[in-house]
Amino acid sequence: MSNFKRKLKRRHLINNLFMVLLVFVISISFLVLGTLLLEIFLRGYKTLTWDFITSMPSGRASRAGILPALIGSFGVIALTALISIPIGVGTAIYLTEYADKKSKFVKLLQLNISNLAGVPAIVYGILGLAVFSQLVGLGPSLIVGAFTLSLLILPVIIVSAIEAIKAVPNSIREGSYALGVTRWKTITGVILPMATPGIMTGSILALSRAMGEAAPLIMVGAVGFVTFLPNSLLDRYSALPLIVFNWTSRPQAAFAEIAASGILVMLILLIITNLTAIIIRNKTQIRVD
Amino acid sequence: MTVKVKVENLNFYYGDFQALKNINIEIHENKITALIGPSGCGKSTFIKTIDRMYDLIEDTRADGHILFDEMDILKSDVDVVELRKRIGMVFQKPNPFPKSISENVLYAVKRHGDVNKVAFNEIVENSLRKASLWDEVKSKLHQSAFSLSGGQQQRLCIARTLATKPEVILMDEPTSALDPIATSKIEELLQELKKEYTVIIVTHSMQQAARISDYTGFFLNGELIEFGNTKDIFTNPKDKRTEDYITGRYG
Ligand SMILES: Nc1ncnc2c1ncn2[C@@H]1O[C@H](COP(=O)(O)OP(=O)(O)OP(=O)(O)O)[C@@H](O)[C@H]1O
Ligand SMILES: [Mg+2]
Repeated sequence: MSNFKRKLKRRHLINNLFMVLLVFVISISFLVLGTLLLEIFLRGYKTLTWDFITSMPSGRASRAGILPALIGSFGVIALTALISIPIGVGTAIYLTEYADKKSKFVKLLQLNISNLAGVPAIVYGILGLAVFSQLVGLGPSLIVGAFTLSLLILPVIIVSAIEAIKAVPNSIREGSYALGVTRWKTITGVILPMATPGIMTGSILALSRAMGEAAPLIMVGAVGFVTFLPNSLLDRYSALPLIVFNWTSRPQAAFAEIAASGILVMLILLIITNLTAIIIRNKTQIRVD
Repeated sequence: MTVKVKVENLNFYYGDFQALKNINIEIHENKITALIGPSGCGKSTFIKTIDRMYDLIEDTRADGHILFDEMDILKSDVDVVELRKRIGMVFQKPNPFPKSISENVLYAVKRHGDVNKVAFNEIVENSLRKASLWDEVKSKLHQSAFSLSGGQQQRLCIARTLATKPEVILMDEPTSALDPIATSKIEELLQELKKEYTVIIVTHSMQQAARISDYTGFFLNGELIEFGNTKDIFTNPKDKRTEDYITGRYG
């Protein structure tokens, strides 16, 4: 009996020790994140004004704004969505509903798509520069930025779309085929509608990641300082992470402050997109029992 | 009496495994044919050959003949989409689409595209009436099919199949997920349906087969051991194995 009690005591001790350790580890990460966010907020909130959002960049920090970078970021992300979502979802449909799953080629393809998701962003930048800018000759334009970011997030979109499509129960597919409905109409009739929430969340999260990327855009010629707005796909452009990067590399303290404001804008956009993704997932999740 | 589906020397394989061995059977028009037999004997496999649903499973193969009004279903050039419009299937577990009740009924009709829009309401009502579901759902046609009970969902799946105007309806244990009341509703319904359709039903319940069917086939280990009038099979089986099964000496 006392032996049993001793063992029980020891188990409780280990349990509690582990608990303390976990809380400690979690607090560290929260502390780091919290300090970082607080620091940025304290530095940047004063200069985060409507003027800041609607003005052109300037050599004087007090007059500088992010308008071209904001428009550039929106433009490049919208184009990226238009390019990457159809291609990504199409690929996922092919791989799940059409391709012969036993073929070695298809297996190799799927393995490689997952691997591509782990390639550093800068590598996609180099690829974009070599192919779209130079080989195709589109130069350092908005559309090249969009193509490059599309390459970057395509693997993520494909993988999440494949997951979403695979999550559609087989009984639903069978039900549709058994009614003499063709494969394509089964895909558009039940499979895609059921997979859409999953595809949307995956795509939105991938796009919000792309919005924060600076490295690949620098490679393909986006700039931190422009004083005009892009009005064609072939125009040069700026983007939020680039203007922040530009400002942080200046020596004056005033620029560090507006850089913090720029980061705040990015954070707010990030929170909005992530919330949208969560809302879409919760609202449209289809119950199947 | 007309033979609607005639199966000759049917063999079926999942990879190297032979699941059906030299099946010969004649399915009569406007009759209910019940298929019974222990788990794993090949009943589901057999009905999947009739509407070529096995095409969806990789590495499967069938040989022999299944004649459906002179057309050989197993021929590789058969248009399976057309075939499945004429031979409908109802599954063991109700599998309504995540759409409204009326959209479920119209799902295939709309996608086949050979019916005018003005007929849609009529198709919904007729199909639901034939499936004995109309009175229960007529006031909530636009609600999700998931709001229905299991038995109602299964009748919705039957209505959905009827909407495509099939000639033959295959049913794989359609009542095994349902309670006795829902089951008896579907059994009553089957008696109505056979006036217009030819029905093949797989069932684990001997009583059900005896109650509802005109013909019964007994499967064992991929073979059709005995086939004949339901009455004869249950009162006077010729094969010892059939007798053992219907008297409950098998699993
Ligand atoms: N997709 C498959 N791949 C390989 N073998 C299969 C497959 N489906 C069924 N089988 C095998 O074929 C045989 C017949 O299976 P089937 O599903 O037709 O049996 P059943 O009579 O319908 O059984 P139950 O009453 O349990 O539904 C079984 O031995 C089963 O293991
Ligand atoms: Mg079965």
